[in-house]
Amino acid sequence: MSKVVSYLKSLSLKELRQGLRLTLGYFFKRKFTLRYPEEKTPKSPRFRGLHALRRYPNGEERCIACKLCEAVCPAAAITIDSDVREDGSRRTTKYEIDLFKCIYCGFCEESCPVDSIVETDIHEYHFESTGKNVITKEQLLAIGDMYEEQIADSKQQDAKYR
Amino acid sequence: MIWDQIWVIVWTLIKIIAIVLPLILAVAYATYFERKVIGFMHARMGPNRVGPWGLLQPFADVFKLLTKEIIFPSNANKFLFLIAPVITLATAFAAWAVVPFSDGLVLADINAGLVYILAMTSLGVYGVIIAGWASNSKYALLGALRSAAQIVSYEIAMGFALVGVLIAAGSLNLTEIVEGQAGGLHHWYFIPLFPLFVIYFISGVAETNRAPFDVAEGESEIVAGFHVEYAGSAFAVFFLAEYANMIIISALAAIMFLGGWYSPIPGDSIFAQPSVFWFLAKACVFMFFYFWFRASFPRYRYDQIMRLGWKVFIPITIVWIMVVAVMRVYHIGPWF
Repeated sequence: MSKVVSYLKSLSLKELRQGLRLTLGYFFKRKFTLRYPEEKTPKSPRFRGLHALRRYPNGEERCIACKLCEAVCPAAAITIDSDVREDGSRRTTKYEIDLFKCIYCGFCEESCPVDSIVETDIHEYHFESTGKNVITKEQLLAIGDMYEEQIADSKQQDAKYR
Repeated sequence: MIWDQIWVIVWTLIKIIAIVLPLILAVAYATYFERKVIGFMHARMGPNRVGPWGLLQPFADVFKLLTKEIIFPSNANKFLFLIAPVITLATAFAAWAVVPFSDGLVLADINAGLVYILAMTSLGVYGVIIAGWASNSKYALLGALRSAAQIVSYEIAMGFALVGVLIAAGSLNLTEIVEGQAGGLHHWYFIPLFPLFVIYFISGVAETNRAPFDVAEGESEIVAGFHVEYAGSAFAVFFLAEYANMIIISALAAIMFLGGWYSPIPGDSIFAQPSVFWFLAKACVFMFFYFWFRASFPRYRYDQIMRLGWKVFIPITIVWIMVVAVMRVYHIGPWF
């Protein structure tokens, strides 16, 4: 008997009609696509994107060349050279990050005792020729200067959870 | 005298162009609507970047394909390699010659229209087989064999389904088949021939190698089947032929089961008049079904396809042909 029933079921295309009804339902439902360049998803203040070097409000660069970030970097993407500046303070002469090696883990930011190296929420960037993937100290400081407000704001939002 | 003959040829050519140009445009937009419909059913948007709502997307695709290089596989038979897509396309277009768009609006009103269509759609398989063989590739050859076996199998079920229409209408002429369905929705053949109608359309889907019967291009095992080695404009021609075949299957379903150009609305209003609009609208419904199937169903396994064609469709069609014959002899309903 059950054999006959299942035979009739398959002859009436029951399951196929169920499938068709389901897909037709989705045809009229709201679409979830994000029209990317025009619309963007909100980002967490903890988002780890392009790096930046920050300065103190008086314009002095924060980095003291302790090289903790270089040591902690699991991808060995950071290269630092340091020297004594004229005023006797210890500063970097070279601070380079290879963005192809970098895995954006955020360890550099965590290790920094003076909150100098940070990862901003910028993730839309590109390089136009070979070698440009290694960004220099000047570029990092420039990014930091440009987005200081945004970086400070993100740190502020996240501060109470740390 | 000679000018009369030349005029007939020129006039026929003009009529052919009047059919083929809109057909190519319809194919272009069929690809667009396919992507839109499938996208919508996946809760996506589909193409929406080229032009407003992505409406220029088909042109972008066409120009991309036409400017790409045709690559000849090493040791491929060049002549057959190039002639195969042409055969496929020519048969797909030639079938349109007997399709009546509206009363009297037909290129060749021949008596054996149905047989001609069956012949043309069957000839298309040669293009597939030749393409698969000439490509000198194991994937292409396997794809071509699968495709050929599948088309031949479903051709039988489809032919039997059309025999039902033939019995009902008493004619092989497509115009007369449509005229046999005059007189409103309940006169259309899809009611007495319902199982044949369903089997015809499913066989049509299998015949055009579309999902869920698209094992001929099963990506997971034979990459893209018979046209795996084709690129550029040669590939575009196969693509064009596939969609032209889909449209003709849809158009024939509308002609033979849904009353062609007759309106489903009773009364004397402007919508109740038979017109080419109704024919196109019905064909579009079937095109939508093609896309709907593709968005809904997983691909059949190859032995399941063969089982369905030989062990299910052919027996059902034979039984129903007998039922139709009995109905015809006893003049049952408004149809016979």
